[in-house]
Amino acid sequence: MSGYSMHLLVCGGTGCRASHSEEIEFKLRNELEKRNLEDTVKVLSTGCFGFCEKGPIVKVMPDNTFYTGVTPGDAEDIIAEHVVLGRTVSRLIYEDPSSKEKVPDSKKMGFSKKQLRIALRNCGFINPENINEYIAREGYMALGNVITDISPEDATRLVKDSGLRGRGGAGFSTGLKWELTAATPSDEKYVVCNADEGDPGAFMDRSILEGDPHNVLEAMAICGYCIGADKGLIYIRAEYPLAIERLKTAIKQAREYGLLGKNIMGSDFSFDIELKYGAGAFVCGEETALIHSMEGLRGEPSLKPPFPSVKGYNGKPTNVNNVETLANVPIIFLKGADWFSSIGTEKSKGTKVFALAGKINNVGLIEVPMGTTLREVIFEIGGGIKDGKKFKAVQTGGPSGGCLTENHLDTPIDFDNLIEAGSMMGSGGMIVMDEDDCMVSVAKFYLDFTVEESCGKCAPCRIGNKRLYELLDHICSGKGKVEVLDRLRLMSEVIKDTSLCGLGQTSPNPVLSTLDNFYDEYHAHVSDKKCPAGQCKDLMEYFIIEENCVGCTACARVCPVNAITGERKKPHEINQDICIKCGACMEKCKFDAIIIQ
Amino acid sequence: MDTIKLTIDNKQLEVEKGTSIYNAAKSIGIDIPVLCYMSMKDLCIENKPAGCRICVVEVEGRRNLAPSCSTDCQDNMVVRTHTPRVLNARKTVLEFILSDHPKDCLVCPKSGHCELQDMAVKMGIRKIPGEEIAEMSTYRLDTSPSIIRDLDKCIMCRRCETMCNEVQTVGALSAVNRGFYAAVAPAFEQNLEHSPCTYCGQCVAVCPTGALTEVDHTPEVMTHLADPKKTVVVQTAPAVRAALGEEFGLEPGTLVTGKMVTALRQLGFDYVFDTDFAADLTIMEEGTELLNRLSAHLKGDKEIRLPILTSCCPGWVNFFETYFPDLKNVPSTSKSPQQMFGAIAKSYFAEKKEIRREDMVVVSIMPCLAKKYECQRDEFSVDGNPDVDLSISTRELAAFIKQANIDFDSLPEGEFDNPLGESTGAGVIFGATGGVIEAAARTAYEMHTGKNLEKVDFEQLRGMDGVREATVDFDGLPINIGIAHGLGNARKLLDDVRSGKSKYHAIEIMACPGGCIGGGGQPQHHGQTEILKARAAAIYTEDKNKKIRKSHENPFIKELYSTYLGEPNSELAHKLLHTKYFDKKKKIIVNQ
Amino acid sequence: MSSIKIKLKKQDIDKIKEITASFNNEEHELINVLHKCQQHFGYLPAEVQEVISDEMDIPTAKIYGIVTFYSFFTMTPKGKNPISICMGTACYVRGGEKVLDEFKKELGIEAGQTTKDGKFSISSLRCVGACGLAPVVLIGEKTYGRVAPDDVKEILAEYK
Repeated sequence: MSGYSMHLLVCGGTGCRASHSEEIEFKLRNELEKRNLEDTVKVLSTGCFGFCEKGPIVKVMPDNTFYTGVTPGDAEDIIAEHVVLGRTVSRLIYEDPSSKEKVPDSKKMGFSKKQLRIALRNCGFINPENINEYIAREGYMALGNVITDISPEDATRLVKDSGLRGRGGAGFSTGLKWELTAATPSDEKYVVCNADEGDPGAFMDRSILEGDPHNVLEAMAICGYCIGADKGLIYIRAEYPLAIERLKTAIKQAREYGLLGKNIMGSDFSFDIELKYGAGAFVCGEETALIHSMEGLRGEPSLKPPFPSVKGYNGKPTNVNNVETLANVPIIFLKGADWFSSIGTEKSKGTKVFALAGKINNVGLIEVPMGTTLREVIFEIGGGIKDGKKFKAVQTGGPSGGCLTENHLDTPIDFDNLIEAGSMMGSGGMIVMDEDDCMVSVAKFYLDFTVEESCGKCAPCRIGNKRLYELLDHICSGKGKVEVLDRLRLMSEVIKDTSLCGLGQTSPNPVLSTLDNFYDEYHAHVSDKKCPAGQCKDLMEYFIIEENCVGCTACARVCPVNAITGERKKPHEINQDICIKCGACMEKCKFDAIIIQ
Repeated sequence: MDTIKLTIDNKQLEVEKGTSIYNAAKSIGIDIPVLCYMSMKDLCIENKPAGCRICVVEVEGRRNLAPSCSTDCQDNMVVRTHTPRVLNARKTVLEFILSDHPKDCLVCPKSGHCELQDMAVKMGIRKIPGEEIAEMSTYRLDTSPSIIRDLDKCIMCRRCETMCNEVQTVGALSAVNRGFYAAVAPAFEQNLEHSPCTYCGQCVAVCPTGALTEVDHTPEVMTHLADPKKTVVVQTAPAVRAALGEEFGLEPGTLVTGKMVTALRQLGFDYVFDTDFAADLTIMEEGTELLNRLSAHLKGDKEIRLPILTSCCPGWVNFFETYFPDLKNVPSTSKSPQQMFGAIAKSYFAEKKEIRREDMVVVSIMPCLAKKYECQRDEFSVDGNPDVDLSISTRELAAFIKQANIDFDSLPEGEFDNPLGESTGAGVIFGATGGVIEAAARTAYEMHTGKNLEKVDFEQLRGMDGVREATVDFDGLPINIGIAHGLGNARKLLDDVRSGKSKYHAIEIMACPGGCIGGGGQPQHHGQTEILKARAAAIYTEDKNKKIRKSHENPFIKELYSTYLGEPNSELAHKLLHTKYFDKKKKIIVNQ
Repeated sequence: MSSIKIKLKKQDIDKIKEITASFNNEEHELINVLHKCQQHFGYLPAEVQEVISDEMDIPTAKIYGIVTFYSFFTMTPKGKNPISICMGTACYVRGGEKVLDEFKKELGIEAGQTTKDGKFSISSLRCVGACGLAPVVLIGEKTYGRVAPDDVKEILAEYK
């Protein structure tokens, strides 16, 4: 970053872009030019900073000042005050939600303190559209070292020794996967990057590809060298246009620099990368389904074995890793296997990126060492529950994972602990729920997702999940009897036990974990016909509080089914048999006389 | 050979490496239930999506249950096929499947032959939990000239998709939609009529449920039989007699020709004739055509296209009209035996008996569903009156016999009526792959050489390999013969013909694996190749038992030519017994 | 079985041919071909699939099987202003469903449908990855964050 005395980093991630960060960038440049400062201060568009809740973000370097919620109108002040006069613009400074203190230094923010950024190390620091900035941060150095100095076998061993496990879901040893693909003799092999991030509420892969695409390209080339492949494919969701553009730019630049293509850096090793587009099927995150999709087929999974390492894309040995896994690879080569394995827990090394979302103050993308507790993530980094509500549950692993409770808050997060707790790491979605969330409805939400995303190949997933959903809906509508809870569990267990692929084998997890952890809530739905969280419409009743009602008749007039009766200027009444629970009366009442129970 | 030692239900066994748990268990007498899996090894047909999950078993050390059809045995594996966990899982999965399946078994055409129904009986299903709130995936009923698709009954076993795409390479069917609404259907979920379907019926032949069935013409047949003004003539195809018995509990491969004739007579048909007669007629026409083309070719006539392709099979005719219309001048112009029979019955025979065309009804009993479509083709009718009025399948005939309360097993042996009931061994073997060309060779040899053929059995033309070839010596002239059964195999030979690489003089093609004995209208074989083999053996036995085994020696054929047609390929023969083909390829028309 | 005739404009046929040719008519590029065709035509009507089938020598049934498998592909034309409401978990717990309901109510159409005047269509999608802005609505290329049901009228007014 030489030549400039100051850098203004503007977040160019999808979230901030949606909030006009491009315009902010433009205005900042404009303001600099007005003051002839364009040669001393540089405006940079970077990848996601992770702190999406407070976006758009502008970060000033070298002093680490972190401006949040910036609008294009703030550009003038940032230049006039901060750049010219050296005074921070205090209204844009982050305020700690609990202490109410202003924290200008990003490193001192609760959001940053417990984080350790390895996979995300370059996101928010470099311009992802400029290969030189990646190179300036030791980019492509690992690839250079590997192809000139290390044998494929030694390089693979190093990845194995680092203890890196797949970040896409199941947590299989990455080094071992490479070794298996390397061990299958074939004239043609493939490295596939799984960027079909379909987990609703997870966006780590997108952020990495948008913020640091070269990191992934470099890792794929290293993998290619290790397993003996000269072709890489990135399977990316078509719904990620920005990531696609940045990848295209990155691939083009890498080719121009001789870092992809024939005889990389003058060596015998050739490797090139092509993009393949997903088309909206969650099941394609499963590696055999992904491969079928790349082959131009329906994305239906097939039985393993044979594993892709033996028979994958076009019938050739194929190594499939997800984006975050790959993003860890180059730095492992730069800093060593020992360094990496010193981070984390006994069986889960390194860090994990989580997409923190839901009823939490600091929604965003975070990266923490394995072993960090859920409490640290939710209450320290996440800044606690929104609007001062009470924490109820956290769902990890998306539709494949489970809902964990207060009892699990001090569990150190790693692959094995989460599974033991009845959930899983998954790709790293972490959705926080508060007292207003009905856990039966949450389970239903996930099943709705699974039903829609099931490929339909095997009967338990195709029909069983539909039946689970129907039963949950039945419960939410107050028609379920107590016996259905046993049926719910039985069906869930059989679906897990008999489904063909990981989708069906995990889809009942949200049901089972909520049944285990929130049985009382289920019970309330079926025996008392009550939804404790007040979310299930069919289990709610609208009442008029006599004392508050002035008899203005506004509610009676707005009721579409004439369920409300009463004389003028006298308290009204709702006939529960007629009421369709549309809520129109409550909206209309100016005297807070109508409540839901 | 690498072997693997494992334990299944406490029994130790050793199997070849690559054996599935399902097959290993079968080898020691444990029959694991399956719904989607189907393997017909000799015919290279395999459907193994591992989708129904009924065949799951417990494997020690494994987290979840393993589908036995597609899990290979491993050394020291310990497998249990009927633990409570397994039985509970199977039953629950079956309940899932049944919860999305209509319960109209009483009126389902597949009732009694349905693999899903059998499974429900086997698992003792009495109630389907949650049925009251279970949505069913429903689809539009599709009726085509041959096949009815009732996808409400589809269980996504994918067998039809495998047959239509991998085996037949027709590509009319594909899995469509996703999840709960996934089903197997033609493009845009249109009717089969608007798809490249050839009506070969192989999808129907393998469907485990009532999702794919034939169009039932028995009621119309009955109406005609009840009409005193109508003379109802029936013809029975060669493959029917080799399979009909199965429907009455007889061993596969039991020949029931005589009983079948008696049954048909008891059902009230006025004349019981044999399609085999028309097969002999086909040989006369097609054999002559072959020799004519061959001699023209040998004389250096560049206009003549060889090889000549057989044209008896309507599924095959549909296939090349759709996919190889550029070759439509290559197949023989001879009609299929069914249509030759109809044309002769409604001309020669009707004239002889002084029956007006409109008072005669010709019914065919066929192992085939494409025949239903074939007899409805416009070119096979005179002034709107079809040569063959109705075609019913072997299965429909069996149902008809049962409905009439006829005790099939105890029926006396009957004889076909004359003149259209007399046939030779050559006509019989039309029912098996290789049979048509063998029959043709017997006649063409003698026609060409003028010599008596000593050994009529051309063993080299028989068998179950998908593509076979042989050279038959016509007294110094080597005739190269190619044979394919199954349309995927036919496509291979056709591609060579198209590119001019084909070395054959004549090619026989049958659309169905095994030939007509494996036709879409035959009793369900449920994937057992042994049944097809037994039927083929029966056909060759019938041939062997025949006194006359060459078509041109059939006395009634001789009489037909001498008194009516003149000679093979005569003008009248052309009018009655030959046809032309149409280009049915998809057209893309530019809209200006 | 009957022969199928399809009517398309010459320029449309040429465009499809150009697209399939750019992928060398290779079967495994089918999904990329479909993406390009949908980009060009806005959707994938039966006629387009028939031409692709013809050019790439893939049965139409199979192409239709793929089009109906992937939710990104559609056989109905989208509105001039396609509205996509994120139904990812983050948006769901922050009220995405209510926003969807409001759009449906305002426009009188269901998800997957297009208004009669062709102006709007509604679809729900799974996580655009802008969870910080939940609930998120996309109209065309434009993103609306933290949308409340009350905002819906105002948003729609921009396009009327």
